[in-house]
Amino acid sequence: MRIGSSILTLFVVSVALAAAACGGGSDKSATPAPAAPVTNPVDPATAGSVTGKISFMGTPPAQEPIKMSSDPRCMNPDAKTEAVMVGAGGSLQNVFVYVKDGLGNLKFPVPATPLVLDQKGCQYRPHVFGVEVGQPIEILNSDMTLHNIHAWAQTNQEFNLGQSLQGMKDTHVFTTQEVMVPFRCDVHKWMNSFVGVVAHPFFAVTGADGTFELKGLPPGTYTIEAWHEKLGTKTASVTIGAKESKDVPFTFSG
Amino acid sequence: MLLYLFALLTAASTAVLIFAGGLVTSTGSGLSVPDWPNTYGWFMFTFPLENWVGGIFYEHSHRLIASTVGFLILVLTFWLWRAEPRRWVRRLGFIALGAVITQGVLGGITVLWYLPDPISIAHASLAEIVFCLTTTIALVTSPGWRGRYAQHGPAPDDRILRRVATVTLAIVYVQIVVGATMRHTGAGLAIPDFPWMFGHLIPDHWDPKIAIHFAHRVGALCVTIMLLATTGHVFAYHRGRPELVRPSILLLILVSAQVTLGALTVLSHKEYVINSFHVVTGACVLVTTLVLTLRAHRARFGDAVVAAGHATGARLADGPGHSNAAAGARA
Repeated sequence: MRIGSSILTLFVVSVALAAAACGGGSDKSATPAPAAPVTNPVDPATAGSVTGKISFMGTPPAQEPIKMSSDPRCMNPDAKTEAVMVGAGGSLQNVFVYVKDGLGNLKFPVPATPLVLDQKGCQYRPHVFGVEVGQPIEILNSDMTLHNIHAWAQTNQEFNLGQSLQGMKDTHVFTTQEVMVPFRCDVHKWMNSFVGVVAHPFFAVTGADGTFELKGLPPGTYTIEAWHEKLGTKTASVTIGAKESKDVPFTFSG
Repeated sequence: MLLYLFALLTAASTAVLIFAGGLVTSTGSGLSVPDWPNTYGWFMFTFPLENWVGGIFYEHSHRLIASTVGFLILVLTFWLWRAEPRRWVRRLGFIALGAVITQGVLGGITVLWYLPDPISIAHASLAEIVFCLTTTIALVTSPGWRGRYAQHGPAPDDRILRRVATVTLAIVYVQIVVGATMRHTGAGLAIPDFPWMFGHLIPDHWDPKIAIHFAHRVGALCVTIMLLATTGHVFAYHRGRPELVRPSILLLILVSAQVTLGALTVLSHKEYVINSFHVVTGACVLVTTLVLTLRAHRARFGDAVVAAGHATGARLADGPGHSNAAAGARA
């Protein structure tokens, strides 16, 4: 009987708290409603772009060979670490560059085409990449061995998948912006990858020549961030007018 | 005697399991098998050998050793239930069984929940309790314990030894829990130098990880002092009691090894074999202190078995807390 009345009391209190949390909607007019997001807002007639080159200053660390002896099916004598990859003229590869701020509440269509993260030669391909919030990522195992795919997300839901057979695929969709989400294989410690999850299409990853281009940007003032897994982040502010292209170089030092 | 040997085997297997667990954490392999209780969809015992690669080797081995230890404890509990006349010893078996099942479940959910610190720390701390329980069962079923170590005269009834050993045991356990906290929160190299701390006697700056690491070093000092006090007392007052002197000598060796391994763990940047030996040596310090403590309390326990009663399966309700006189009367 006592338990019954306690449960009833708990129920009544819960309902009262829930009602209070819902707020009843009586003072809606007190808070200004946020502006409705503008969908597909880029006018090709006025769109501009931001380009640049990421450079490394100093003596770059050598790319060390990766010891894969813990899994005979991984043996790849050419495999090297990819943390800091510097090319000719100090160009820095694998830098994720994106618009960090300045887009307001503009809303962009999300690509339905999945982006493929492949596990090949016991390394992730690509090593650094970007996706939009809501865009599917297809995770593929092209190896003759097992992998676990462990996404160490902080804002999004962390997950850990097992792929025990060659050709296995899983699809994952990140639901919140997060720069960056590391992927790691706990079976093969050297395997890691990073994905930048952003809510717009204005991002790029530098290739061997260290260059990037963020095109189709509406005129405005933006904060551009460049992220590197070992060297940290750099930001710059840039204002672009209609049909204008601005050069925003970044330099990281080792 | 056979029961004692089996209990001893179970306790030794628990030590191996703790070492294997240490390897899992030290190599960062805890999530290399993402599912539980299956392994990549296979039933645990049919997982193909060729797939024991990389981190899976450590994690899957740990699971198989854990299953073996669980089975050994199950058999031990059943054996005690059928053959052990002392009710409290039979109960110890059931407690050990409950603890090892809980331990398995904690191990499973820490994998499924991506190694949350509180669960992983509880998993590490309960492992030590399981080791203590299997060791206690092995000890109290040993011929020496049953015979009250009587070949060297009546078991000593030394209140000071009992107290100092009990306090030492508690401090060693707390130190192990702090160590597990340091390990699972990634604070193992929060203070990167040894014996100094950032070049000073006391760290010149602080954050939560440095505080945990510092607490573990202070704990090591406390444990060492307390073990010196306990063993010193044994050497001073009970030199003629091998059942106290032997674990005391072993403790001095173990604590020396443990401090060395702790220093090497830092200086080697957590080399995984050194790190794992540090874990299992800590566990050995704990159970050796436990053995010494229980032996120091031996005079307070009732006598074990009435030979005739044992043979016929009769059970006696004797246990800790009985005086010599009462035990003698029961015997």
